Amino acid sequence: MTAHLKQDEPDTANFLDTMKQGVLGKPVSRIEGLAKVTGTAPYAAEYPVENLAEGVLVTATIVRGEVVSIDKDAALAMPGVLAVIDDKCLTTRAAQGTANEAPQQNPRKVDYWGQPIAVIVAESFEQARDAAKHLSVEYREEEGAPLDPSAVEPEEQEDETVDQGDLAHAMARADHAADLEISTEGHASAAMEPHAAIAEWDGDKVTVYASLQMLNYNITELADSLGVDEDRVRLVSRYVGGGFGSKLGVSEEVVAAAIAARAVGRPVRVVMSRQQVFQCVMRRSETKQRLRLASDGEGRLDGFGHEALVSNLPEEDFAEPVLQSSHFLYGGKNRALKLEVARIHRMTAGSVRAPGEAVGMPALEVAMDVLAEKTGVDPVELRIRNIPDCNPEEDLPFSSHKLAECLQQGAEKFGWDAGARKPRQTRDGEWWVGTGMASAARVHNVGEARARVTLRPDGTAEVRTDMTDIGTGTYTIVAQMVGEMLGLGVDDVLVQLGDTDFPRGSGSGGSWGGASIGSAVYLACRALREKLAKKAGTEESDLALRNGAVEGGKSLADLLDGQELSEEGHYEPGEIADTHTASGFGAFFAQVRVNRFTGETRVDRMLGAFGFGRVLNAKTARSQCLGGITWSIGAALTEALHFDPRDGHLVNCDLAEYHVPVNRDVPEVEVLMVEERDPVASPIQAKGIGELGMCGGAGAIANAIYNACGARVLDFPMTPDRVLAAMPD
Amino acid sequence: MPDTITINGTDHTLPSDPRVSLLDFLRHDLGLSGTKKGCDHGQCGACTVIVNGMRINSCLTLAALHDGDDVTTIEGLGTPENPSALQAAFVEHDGYQCGYCTPGQICSATAMLDEIKAGFASDASESLDGEMEASADEIRERMSGNLCRCGAYANIVAAIRDVASQGETA
Repeated sequence: MTAHLKQDEPDTANFLDTMKQGVLGKPVSRIEGLAKVTGTAPYAAEYPVENLAEGVLVTATIVRGEVVSIDKDAALAMPGVLAVIDDKCLTTRAAQGTANEAPQQNPRKVDYWGQPIAVIVAESFEQARDAAKHLSVEYREEEGAPLDPSAVEPEEQEDETVDQGDLAHAMARADHAADLEISTEGHASAAMEPHAAIAEWDGDKVTVYASLQMLNYNITELADSLGVDEDRVRLVSRYVGGGFGSKLGVSEEVVAAAIAARAVGRPVRVVMSRQQVFQCVMRRSETKQRLRLASDGEGRLDGFGHEALVSNLPEEDFAEPVLQSSHFLYGGKNRALKLEVARIHRMTAGSVRAPGEAVGMPALEVAMDVLAEKTGVDPVELRIRNIPDCNPEEDLPFSSHKLAECLQQGAEKFGWDAGARKPRQTRDGEWWVGTGMASAARVHNVGEARARVTLRPDGTAEVRTDMTDIGTGTYTIVAQMVGEMLGLGVDDVLVQLGDTDFPRGSGSGGSWGGASIGSAVYLACRALREKLAKKAGTEESDLALRNGAVEGGKSLADLLDGQELSEEGHYEPGEIADTHTASGFGAFFAQVRVNRFTGETRVDRMLGAFGFGRVLNAKTARSQCLGGITWSIGAALTEALHFDPRDGHLVNCDLAEYHVPVNRDVPEVEVLMVEERDPVASPIQAKGIGELGMCGGAGAIANAIYNACGARVLDFPMTPDRVLAAMPD
Repeated sequence: MPDTITINGTDHTLPSDPRVSLLDFLRHDLGLSGTKKGCDHGQCGACTVIVNGMRINSCLTLAALHDGDDVTTIEGLGTPENPSALQAAFVEHDGYQCGYCTPGQICSATAMLDEIKAGFASDASESLDGEMEASADEIRERMSGNLCRCGAYANIVAAIRDVASQGETA
């Protein structure tokens, strides 16, 4: 049986709140935690497969052109080498998130420096790596590939364009106006686990152990790449060592392993080097943005403008959605928004944690800080003053909205001083100290999801879905959802994830995993409760289950009487997505110190207050927020991809030169969860969490830098050279 | 000359290919995949193991250089049935998310606490000698060679401090 719901109407019944177990929302430790801390949790490259050969990718050293020939004989003569594969089905880019079809193929055609062109298979990793390094490749290069996003005529993304009222006129007549150009550099996901796959054929069926976020899409992408039916493909990703967007779509090593294993007739493992992960997968596009804000004397917005230029390779649909939350965060009836994409031959641009808002929100929040200063209105108050009653572009109601509460409660907890603000008021030795704040916003998404929940005769439960846990806490929240609905402790729920032999989940991406798979599990449990209620002679709505028994009645095992009950939950986003604007909201507060001689910035403390619907697990939800804030620090101060202007290759393609925050960069961080019930977001009233924590945080740090030392830095990351250049004498 | 290496109390013969790193020897040859490869260049700390009592990046050293050495990996610190104090504290404090950097964090923290006890100074230390304290600042500095992209640092520090303070009271 399948319990299906396509959500077309708000759900205000909050049925979950009538359950008796009291385990949902609690700070339960991760149920897979001991496997992770003891090193026994298997990641993609670690499945014990017999007779494994090792594959190493070879990548192009030209920008654009074609591979004319490869000296396979020389490579095959090297010790241990089994095959040199440049099959036309090899993929040359990772699929974009939810692509659901093969990405670009044909490795003979080169579109960017670092693109995979072949895979070498050998008995040992050392042999394959050596042969890959020495492989002789002849290219025909097509000169003149555009590499600079500012030097080409961009394409307008017309569905993003808003032209409402007359912004130019509003700017001209405004009491106060801010008009800024802000740039952000590219980012890398840099998940700690490099992309990896082990492929094993059994007849005409292939099993691939991989590190992927969305198996429900990846299975189609892989099948399409191989030219086989989906039922010939099985993907397994029980543990994913971080994704952050980089593992949304099937990546090159997955297809390469499958093709190589078929070619050599034995299982093959392909693991990308860290440099290949940086170059072959996804970058967040750099952005150039223009922000225009026009307000009356009290800071009320009359005009709102946000334009952005991003880049990508030809033939890619993805354009960093910089304006995503700008469409609805603040009011202003005269609006101009425009997104343009420049076609250049740098590596593929795609999703990196919080695509869009991660770079759009900090820029907007710097502009709001400039406006606050011009109007003399406290920055927190300025934001509260500009919260619209409904989506200002589409006249849609908000599903729920906790921005004002997050701003107020965050300010109080942080100890925000709402008095007059002026830079350079506090000095500590050679450091200027200051504070800043920003709003947080991130659109809420949901995806179709299925999960099967089985009640076993002994009264314990098992859940099966191909949903993934990429560190977000899926294993645990699924167990908590089942526990809450069926009256079980989490220890009595076995959660099996990450295997396409199970029903299709939503996959993890766009912060939609928890709300989507949680809803599918919830629906399956409702159907099971119907059956249990019948057995107990009561209505489902009256069925009180707790600690493995009907309250004051039979145990589940007795009720089941030796039988097993199983139901599949199937959740689909419905019309409600078109009739409401749903978003997570929040606020960031930061205290920083800036060295007056070196321009170095250190974050002293940060606080984030967030409203994202029902909290499913207070411990893992808080961790998601901590992670987002940590990323905010990286985006603010250190993270930047640098491309060689001559050939577009990524220069800082490793963790020594691309600077993610380290432990000492992250000071005291406080998280405030402003809990709510969102009736539109999902039938479990939960919204996305994972990305919200970095949607604006870098802006709070920028504004704190200004408050500390008077340097209004408009280029992210705010490295010491940029801070010094912007510092007044 | 000995050609064996002791790993978690068991003797193993070193590999014949001199190019094999200690990390790949553990992961590929011995199936001890608890030690993770994050960068293969000593930049991330995911491959941290304890050799003769000191923490090192196992990707930056060749297996052949470890004749007669005594290596402890994450598998040697504890098991799901019998985790070490730090392993249990990482679970309790949610000192991880995806879990990939975690074995390296825990091996690193295990040896790091011994370094503090032995009086090794760090950049965060107030003085170069005398007793060292496992303060939050000391832990942040000393654990900065172990990257966590999920951003669990605050919880990692909390987990380590918890164990360090237990050690003081024990």
